[in-house]
Amino acid sequence: MAELKGLAGARERWVSTGGVELCVAELGDPTRPTVVLVHGYPDSKEVWSEVAERLADRFHVVLYDVRGHGRSTAPTPLRGGFTLEKLTDDFLAVADAVSPDEPVHLVGHDWGSVQSWEFATVRRTEGRIASFTSMSGPSLDHFGHWIKKRMARPTPRRVGQLLGQGAKSWYVYMLHTPVLPELAWRGPLGKRWPKILERMEKVPAGDYPTPSLPSDAAHGAWLYRDNVRARLSRPRADAYAHVPVQLVLPLGDIFLSQRLYDELELWAPGLVRRTLPAKHWVPRTRPDQLSAWISEFVLANEEREAGVPAHRTKATGKHAERFGGQLVLVTGAGSGIGRATAFAFAEAGARVVAVDRDAESAARTAEMAQLIGAPQAWAETVDVTDEQAMEKLAEKVAAEYGIVDVLVNNAGIGLSGSFFDTTPEDWKKVLDVNLWGVIHGCRLFGKQMAERGQGGHIVNTASAAAFQPSKALPAYSTSKAAVLMLSECLRAELAGQGIGVSAICPGLVNTNITATARFAGVDAEEEKRRQKKSSRLYGLRNYPPEKVADAILTAVVRNQAVVPVTPEARGAHLMSRFTPKALRAVARLEPPL
Amino acid sequence: MTPAVVRELSAELRGFREVQSLAYECAEAVAAQLKPGVTEREAARMQREWLRERGVRDWFHLPFAWFGDRTAFAGFRIPLQFFPTNRKLEAGMPFILDMAPVHKGYTADIGYSGSLGLNPVQDKLLADLEAHRELIVREVRERRSLREIYEDVDRLMVRQGYANRHRAYPFGVIAHKVDRVKERRISPTLFGFGTQSLKGLASDAIHGHRDGWSPLWSPYKFSDHPPQPGLWAVEPHLGFRGTGAKFEEILVVTDSKDPEQSAFWLDDDLPHVRRWAEGI
Repeated sequence: MAELKGLAGARERWVSTGGVELCVAELGDPTRPTVVLVHGYPDSKEVWSEVAERLADRFHVVLYDVRGHGRSTAPTPLRGGFTLEKLTDDFLAVADAVSPDEPVHLVGHDWGSVQSWEFATVRRTEGRIASFTSMSGPSLDHFGHWIKKRMARPTPRRVGQLLGQGAKSWYVYMLHTPVLPELAWRGPLGKRWPKILERMEKVPAGDYPTPSLPSDAAHGAWLYRDNVRARLSRPRADAYAHVPVQLVLPLGDIFLSQRLYDELELWAPGLVRRTLPAKHWVPRTRPDQLSAWISEFVLANEEREAGVPAHRTKATGKHAERFGGQLVLVTGAGSGIGRATAFAFAEAGARVVAVDRDAESAARTAEMAQLIGAPQAWAETVDVTDEQAMEKLAEKVAAEYGIVDVLVNNAGIGLSGSFFDTTPEDWKKVLDVNLWGVIHGCRLFGKQMAERGQGGHIVNTASAAAFQPSKALPAYSTSKAAVLMLSECLRAELAGQGIGVSAICPGLVNTNITATARFAGVDAEEEKRRQKKSSRLYGLRNYPPEKVADAILTAVVRNQAVVPVTPEARGAHLMSRFTPKALRAVARLEPPL
Repeated sequence: MTPAVVRELSAELRGFREVQSLAYECAEAVAAQLKPGVTEREAARMQREWLRERGVRDWFHLPFAWFGDRTAFAGFRIPLQFFPTNRKLEAGMPFILDMAPVHKGYTADIGYSGSLGLNPVQDKLLADLEAHRELIVREVRERRSLREIYEDVDRLMVRQGYANRHRAYPFGVIAHKVDRVKERRISPTLFGFGTQSLKGLASDAIHGHRDGWSPLWSPYKFSDHPPQPGLWAVEPHLGFRGTGAKFEEILVVTDSKDPEQSAFWLDDDLPHVRRWAEGI
């Protein structure tokens, strides 16, 4: 077999156990904590190559081909050779070979996770496992209890959950038919599988799947036949995890329903949950995020073992499962909605880059963000209208902090005054900040996001003025309408790459945008009076920026396209669709300033 | 001021200072006894009993205690939510004790912020309150209108990244006047407020209304006047997400021409001031 690119530099050895020879590959410094990556069906250890590479400079990374897969030999006969008991023997043999003195950190995907649940819950592995990260593979015992519970007291919701998962498990029944699956895999299915994966899952082409796929898949059918029926009908009652567990839950998994994990805390106390907007093959499609979460979890458990007290502020905010450890960049983060958004992400455990043209307030935001849960936060001083400065910032962020997972283009300024009072300079200024700032942000950070190809999200702060015409805000409304349309177009363009784009249209929110807004066509004193008056009006309305921040986080979680926030913004949005004439009449009113 | 006036004033101030430091002593004593599981009601009762034992018979208002996100007045809409609840204290939780005892006819109104164990967020809020104490006395000395000072405090809070939580107080007040209170045999309370003190406040409001000032320092038009001589219990209150911190103490305003004498804090030997001096 050709040398595999992804596992270049790996040290290979063979471990014999129960009549089979397992192919074990090791990367990284053996004195570091050992992380064992277990692959699923129909894969071989190469499914982990992207993740292993990222973990190798911090850990001793071990991968092995499960019996009958890749370069490991298959048991004879196949029937009865793939029981969870035998797979546990294999794991213990590998663990003893690669880390005889220290327990290992276990990571499993798909069937790798299913069997790892067995390792993490049976008595004979106690003391050999330090932590377990599970993705896309439930414990068959937990699954059995899950089904029993729903059969025993079938409420409509529970029946729905049963039917839903039942439909997603179609391939499990297929794999129970004799011979046919083997024929299919060794024949046409095996040939087409890489293309199917690429189309359905957007798995980037590379060293995976390996040429051994047809025989892996044919052998692996016995994983199902040897275990599924037996365990689902008679699940073990004592399947409690004896190690800390981290669950990574891909939300778009077509094989597993999220509901399966609803009561997992009962089996795994202290469970850490992570959610990921991705499909089933996350080790291929989201290696950056996975390796970050695995590292964090492994290190936290190593520290706990070593008796180091937990020093970090725990992220307790909403959506912490989703944003924990992600990198979020917010422009205009020195005040108002931007600052509140930075704080909301910080509370959810995200790493935050606070960008503002005012250095002091950006620094303040970063400092406070760290106090409330951001593991790291940085302040950057940039004027979003300055193309070169933005380019420099994008380079710096990518080099020093990483690729941004969520970008919030929020910086904006206010400008009021009739069209003929608005000078070309006024127009230029408002378009420079409100529109060009967003363009630069999307262009530079959005491009990095798209090039990495591991998903992400862009949020642009537009305004209710984007769909509500007004004779008092022609320039401002125009700039915001442009932001809204830009967001919608970009959303269409990036949809295929797993990158969402949302436009937020807040409405009247109590921030200092009114105090700094320009009023065209009036002298300085009158401008000051109007700023004061409008600030007071916005203050009386008193809609807090924190609620807009909450709406932004929700928009990212749900991948919403356009989000009007305040009730008046929602009303105007509805009117713009159903009674645009009425909205045009409102546009003629003189604002009470 | 003539020496006689100053003397009389200082005798009076001594009375106020004594009750204020008694109240802070109470706050520190009760704070030291707080442990996980203590409820707000129990903490309020501990304050009440501690002060009763030391001769307090009347109140400007009965002691309050707020724990956890109630220190930031999260979701406070009606004044009844100020009253202590059965919320239990947990490790790391912030708390605020607020009491206004009347002793020998002198009134104090104090606020004490702390936390059970470490709370870096509240520590930061407390440290940032120092700037507010300086700003308030400086601008009062400049004889700026109370409403303007209020707005400056508000702006400073926004710049610091905080929400103004005294906005949730009745009338959104940051301060109110305090005065001597006649000692009576019985001292009933109404909604937690001593009736004697309420009477004083009401009469101030009536007199002030005639002369264009108010005993409540608020963001509204009725506070659009220069600081009125007298004693003001000032309570800037910062909120940051689920954490709040405040101090409350008495600011003395006189009609002296000397800026230093025209406004000063009654006492600088208070827990929060000592904390800043020690540079924590």
